[in-house]
Amino acid sequence: MPPKIEINDLTKVFVKKTGSVTALQNISMTIEDGEFVCLVGPSGCGKTTLLRILAGLEKHSAGNFKINAEQSKRPLQSMVFQEKGILPWMTVEDNVAFGLAMRKAPKDIIAKQTAYYLEKTGLTQFASLYPSELSGGMKQRVSIARAFANDPEILLMDEPFAALDEQNKFILQEELLSIWAETKKTVLFITHSIDEALMLSDRILLMSAQPGQIIQEVRIDRPRPRKIEEIRKDPELAAQFVDIWQHLQKEVQKSRT
Amino acid sequence: MTQSGKIVQDPVRVERAEWKRQQTKARLQQLLTIVSPVLLLVLWEVLSRTGVMDIRFFPPPTAILQTFWELLVSGAIAEHVGVSLYRIALGFLAGVIPGIIIGLMMGLFTPIRHFVSPLVMALMPIPTLALLPIIIILFGIGDLSKVITIAGSVFFPVVINTAAGVLNIDKIYLDVANNYGASKSQFFFKIALPGALPVMLEGIQMGQAIALLTIVAAEMMGATSGIGYLIWTSYKAFLLQNMFVGLIMISFFGYLFSLLLRGLQKKLLPWR
Ligand SMILES: Nc1ncnc2c1ncn2[C@@H]1O[C@H](COP(=O)(O)OP(=O)(O)O)[C@@H](O)[C@H]1O
Ligand SMILES: [Mg+2]
Repeated sequence: MPPKIEINDLTKVFVKKTGSVTALQNISMTIEDGEFVCLVGPSGCGKTTLLRILAGLEKHSAGNFKINAEQSKRPLQSMVFQEKGILPWMTVEDNVAFGLAMRKAPKDIIAKQTAYYLEKTGLTQFASLYPSELSGGMKQRVSIARAFANDPEILLMDEPFAALDEQNKFILQEELLSIWAETKKTVLFITHSIDEALMLSDRILLMSAQPGQIIQEVRIDRPRPRKIEEIRKDPELAAQFVDIWQHLQKEVQKSRT
Repeated sequence: MTQSGKIVQDPVRVERAEWKRQQTKARLQQLLTIVSPVLLLVLWEVLSRTGVMDIRFFPPPTAILQTFWELLVSGAIAEHVGVSLYRIALGFLAGVIPGIIIGLMMGLFTPIRHFVSPLVMALMPIPTLALLPIIIILFGIGDLSKVITIAGSVFFPVVINTAAGVLNIDKIYLDVANNYGASKSQFFFKIALPGALPVMLEGIQMGQAIALLTIVAAEMMGATSGIGYLIWTSYKAFLLQNMFVGLIMISFFGYLFSLLLRGLQKKLLPWR
């Protein structure tokens, strides 16, 4: 099977009044089908830009990328936006159904998929509420349910849990993993939290500060569900943690000078 | 019961007493909003009856009420109010509908915005009432000139708020629509319209208030009927009681329309 995502020498330059910024420089990577990959890097290194390019929301300046489709009627990708990304004028149910409704899926399929992912994310009893009546964690569940219900080839997530408190973050990470394990979707997940990356991913890609480049790759071969206490206790993972942390530290310092 | 010098109380009882106090306070405050207009009317009545205020300019409210009753029985109120409401309704619609359509186009299509907005900005400060003489010459002293004057005044707040409503939609919703493959018409109905609606309705609310201001002034200048006409002719004949009846009708309908629009707002914006 070909890799799910292939990125070759992708470069993105933003031109502004004050000059140009190379946000991404010669990014290359491949992500296998069903893999959960976390992209970790200091803020401003171009993580969001990379994701937006893959999501078709931004055009790259050079290089190319390919998302290999398995089924032609599936959408290529769906993005899990931050909390603010759910539509305030639609009920929870309509938000979850959004992608399917946009591509005019049959009514019964929409109803079935929506009900399934509402159930999966524990939102069934809130289906007819509006987002303004939900907590931050609940809103993020809606965003995740919407992306999975759309049944895309790959899922793109841009720091979806960054705004949540620790407890909610853990709960949502577990829920995400359980849905992921069931659907076997390919996920590219951005975070600046090493803990989060160690909890979630098969593979961590480390990015350098501007211009963003992939500088290191760490494979995490641990059975899931992982426990944060276990991760912290495990000497091998701890060594990896320190390793990644030092890399980030170096990058942050480099970008300061 | 005392314990180490402190009074031990039932916490539920303490909180319930506090809750009751809050409730009473809220009720008293509600009472205040009724008290103020009543107080004003009583004061007016007393001052005017005792001659402190000139009774020719400020007839006592009871006398106004009596005149109101006479005009109601004679059918004069129904006639004038009916005519004015008809003009307001038509003029309001004739201003709001193009305002919404042009505002949406300005919000959605950048070239149209660049083309239209200097015209809107240049024309907006001109009070439609200042054009009334020309409008009367062109369209006569009948309903049409009033409708056009109202439409011209209502149009601007609606067009500006509608365009602003579309432009102020958070960019992330555009990304969501894009990412989930919304078509142009889906984008319009699922994102642009609901996203712009709150600000748009504020513009319509403003347009409603302006419509009432405009009708009175327009009917004062060139008209043979309507609330404004009633006010103006009463004023000229020094029938100030009748004039006050006209003013009260305007105040009443202004309040009524605000309530109606607020109700509509609640209906149209259930997510707020
Ligand atoms: N639309 C844009 N216009 C100009 N510069 C941008 C734009 N988007 C991002 N950038 C710049 O690109 C760099 C990377 O940004 P971003 O991808 O948001 O980083 P990250 O998500 O890793 O924090 C930053 O220096 C940012 O200022
Ligand atoms: Mg970012």
